[in-house]
Amino acid sequence: MLRLELRGEMSRSMIYWSPIYAVILTFIAGMIMFAILGVDPVAAILTFFIEPLNSMDGVAELFVKATPLVLIAIGLSFGFQANVWNIGAEGQLTIGALAGGSVALLFFNVDSPLLMPGMIIAGILGGMAWAAIPAFLKTKYGTNEILTSLMLTYVGLLVLSYLIHGPWKDPEGQNFPESRLFHDAAIIPIILEETRLHFGWIITLFGVAVAWVVMTRHMIGFQIRVIGMAPMAASFAGFKEKHIIWLTLMISGGAAGLAGMIEVSGPIGQIVPVISPGYGFTAIIVAFLGRLHPVGCLFAGLLMALTYLGGDNAQIEMNLPNAVTGVFQGMLLFFLLASDVLVRYRIRFGKATALVAPAAATPPMAIDEEGV
Amino acid sequence: MTEQTPRLELEGITKAYPGVIANNNVSMKIMPGEIHALLGENGAGKSTLVKFIYGVQKADSGTLKWQGEEMVIANPNAARKLGIGMVFQHFSLFDAMTVEENIAIGISPELAAGDLKQRIRDVSQQYGLPLDPTRYVHSLSVGERQRIEVVRCLLQDPKLLIMDEPTSVLTPQEVDELFKTLRHLSEEGVSILYISHKLQEIKDLCHFATIMRMGEVVDDCIPAEESPRSMAEMMMGANLVSPEKPGKAEPGAAHLVVSNLSLASSHQHGVDLKNVNLEVRTGEILGIAGIAGNGQMELMEVLSGEMLVDDQNAVMIGNAPVGKSGPGIRRDAGMGFVPEERLGHGAVPEMSLWENAFLSGSKSMNLMSKGFININGSVDYAQNVVSEFNVKTPGVEHAANSLSGGNLQKFIFGREILQSPGVIVALQPTWGVDAGSAAFIRQSLLDLAAKGAAVLVISQDLEELFEVSDRISVICEGELSAPRPAEECTVEEIGLLMAGISHEKEAAHA
Repeated sequence: MLRLELRGEMSRSMIYWSPIYAVILTFIAGMIMFAILGVDPVAAILTFFIEPLNSMDGVAELFVKATPLVLIAIGLSFGFQANVWNIGAEGQLTIGALAGGSVALLFFNVDSPLLMPGMIIAGILGGMAWAAIPAFLKTKYGTNEILTSLMLTYVGLLVLSYLIHGPWKDPEGQNFPESRLFHDAAIIPIILEETRLHFGWIITLFGVAVAWVVMTRHMIGFQIRVIGMAPMAASFAGFKEKHIIWLTLMISGGAAGLAGMIEVSGPIGQIVPVISPGYGFTAIIVAFLGRLHPVGCLFAGLLMALTYLGGDNAQIEMNLPNAVTGVFQGMLLFFLLASDVLVRYRIRFGKATALVAPAAATPPMAIDEEGV
Repeated sequence: MTEQTPRLELEGITKAYPGVIANNNVSMKIMPGEIHALLGENGAGKSTLVKFIYGVQKADSGTLKWQGEEMVIANPNAARKLGIGMVFQHFSLFDAMTVEENIAIGISPELAAGDLKQRIRDVSQQYGLPLDPTRYVHSLSVGERQRIEVVRCLLQDPKLLIMDEPTSVLTPQEVDELFKTLRHLSEEGVSILYISHKLQEIKDLCHFATIMRMGEVVDDCIPAEESPRSMAEMMMGANLVSPEKPGKAEPGAAHLVVSNLSLASSHQHGVDLKNVNLEVRTGEILGIAGIAGNGQMELMEVLSGEMLVDDQNAVMIGNAPVGKSGPGIRRDAGMGFVPEERLGHGAVPEMSLWENAFLSGSKSMNLMSKGFININGSVDYAQNVVSEFNVKTPGVEHAANSLSGGNLQKFIFGREILQSPGVIVALQPTWGVDAGSAAFIRQSLLDLAAKGAAVLVISQDLEELFEVSDRISVICEGELSAPRPAEECTVEEIGLLMAGISHEKEAAHA
């Protein structure tokens, strides 16, 4: 029989090593997978992870793809640290994109420098509004935010579908379910000539810095960390849990909404039936891979973006199915979770040996006398 | 009379948890037909011992003999097969199912087969346990629910019945009925292991009592030949000496006042507070004694503001009514708290000492500017706490869980005391703390009161309460007794109040 046994002292540095182990294991498992598929593993890995970065354009694309991932992941990190599990960033991204896009469409003939800030604010508010529903339900009725936020994702996608099939359909679009193309003032500026790299990347980097400061130096971050690590200590200190639930859902919803707005105003340039290839979900992996730390999320987001680019590249160059991207992302999360478990626990074979080593096997909680 | 084989015999049972020896070399015998009391305060190790007998937990060493035969009871199923039945303090019943269905789930399929309804009726009639098998559990009183558990055991034809605090949920009338049933069972030769700290009941019911303290069997007696008082002494240990108290200034005005406070506990199996009134004056220490699980946790939560009451005036700090105000506002009003649980409640285990200093001192020590943490200020404050309260740590950047219990408790006390609170409330201030640190903490509480703070100490440790308190109240089942000057009361009196038998005592004196 296999058993997991709590390790006495957890190694602090291992917390940061385990993502790196996860990446290495993913590479190895990926190569085995390619070998089984009858593809040269080394060539496949090179095509997947190295080739996309061979050109300036490739690096710019990496940043473009990383922008929504990092932005959403740092937002989610706030919630995850406080044990508020917003799984519906994809829906908040969608509504944020619609809200930001609505400003662009509403003022499609206005050429004002205020348009872009207006779209940004609308995008953030849209994401927040969508996240406010789970926040309200959780604080008022104690519903589980995992379920509500996830289910609202599908509602959000239906709202998108309704709008582009109906009221927002481009009148000159030959009946395609797409909005009109955004005009120049509603397109986020390009920051590197001849690439698609846009100002959203700067916003993201700025977001990383702000999140870092708030998390480590500000009372908000302090409260979030205390609530996540020791909820009783938070109530002892007088931190209000409901405030934190609202705050973290507003931060993560707002970040996702902003990411969605940046997508439609940047690389896409209009509202289309598929705004995101699952950035909102992938960002959950990014957040955990990045140890819920803003800088960690930055690196993890870049790595995750690379799996998207690599997947595209492998599809074109080697005729591999696009599902390879999902497989890599899944493996990465699996190995990360497995490494985390092994950092905390060791595996023991054979039957429980409580008689020999009760100290290690029994948590102290077991001496619950319950008034006897 | 020839020597009978004991139904159950334990020899040298030892069970250690990390840091605690729950059972140390425990031996006892239960004879057929005997009602045997297992008596002891909370944490004395009764629960661990029973879990071992019922096969829930393994012991580190020691032997168990069942009807003279040495054996290992691997799990509760094996225990039931031998004929050991247990009625737990907290029932495991499904509300949405009938009595019969609930009984059927808890017994073996063979036993549940056939006309279970009729057998339930038979057993319940035979033993005077009226129970309708078709009723739904949610419609039953607590006493009736307990009968389900008892009947479930009886259907299995037990030879030993373990009852864990069975009367804690019953009315006096229900207790009488239960006792009739138990005596009936005993006459039929069923042994009963009866766990309780209610001394009068044990005197009334039990043939023999084994008394445990701190994981060891410290005494045994025939309850009929003892008084509740003498059993209380055995349970608590008679080695309590009241220390000499230094002369103190007269206490001032009431600074923490609780009036007419009743509150349903938010905890499952918690204790409701019933019309609690208390007053702590400036410059005095009020001690609240009580056996654990009598409402101390609930009282602490109400005082700290982690649990709010509907009446704003029910809790007053000085002139400020705070019944509906949370911990933050109470801190602003000059209140400091030291909860029972150091790690996870009083301090965040994974956070550094300076962050833990910031945790409660952010406002009163001015460690925040525009919402940003003043790290240097927090580090200085934490270093002050460490040096003034003699906390042994390599540095304030180390995590709270790297400190020993005593050192962390000194840190937490220091953190609260250096904020110069007008009133401080501490639950179990020296629980699990080494003797040196405990003495230090008690001294700092005395010093704080001498400087004019109102101090409230809730503790199970009578020795501690007599050492520091000016007045002592007792909490029992959520009710608080009137405070009495510490020098006027004896350990025995307090002990009786703790066991909830004040009326017998009054009657005896009258």
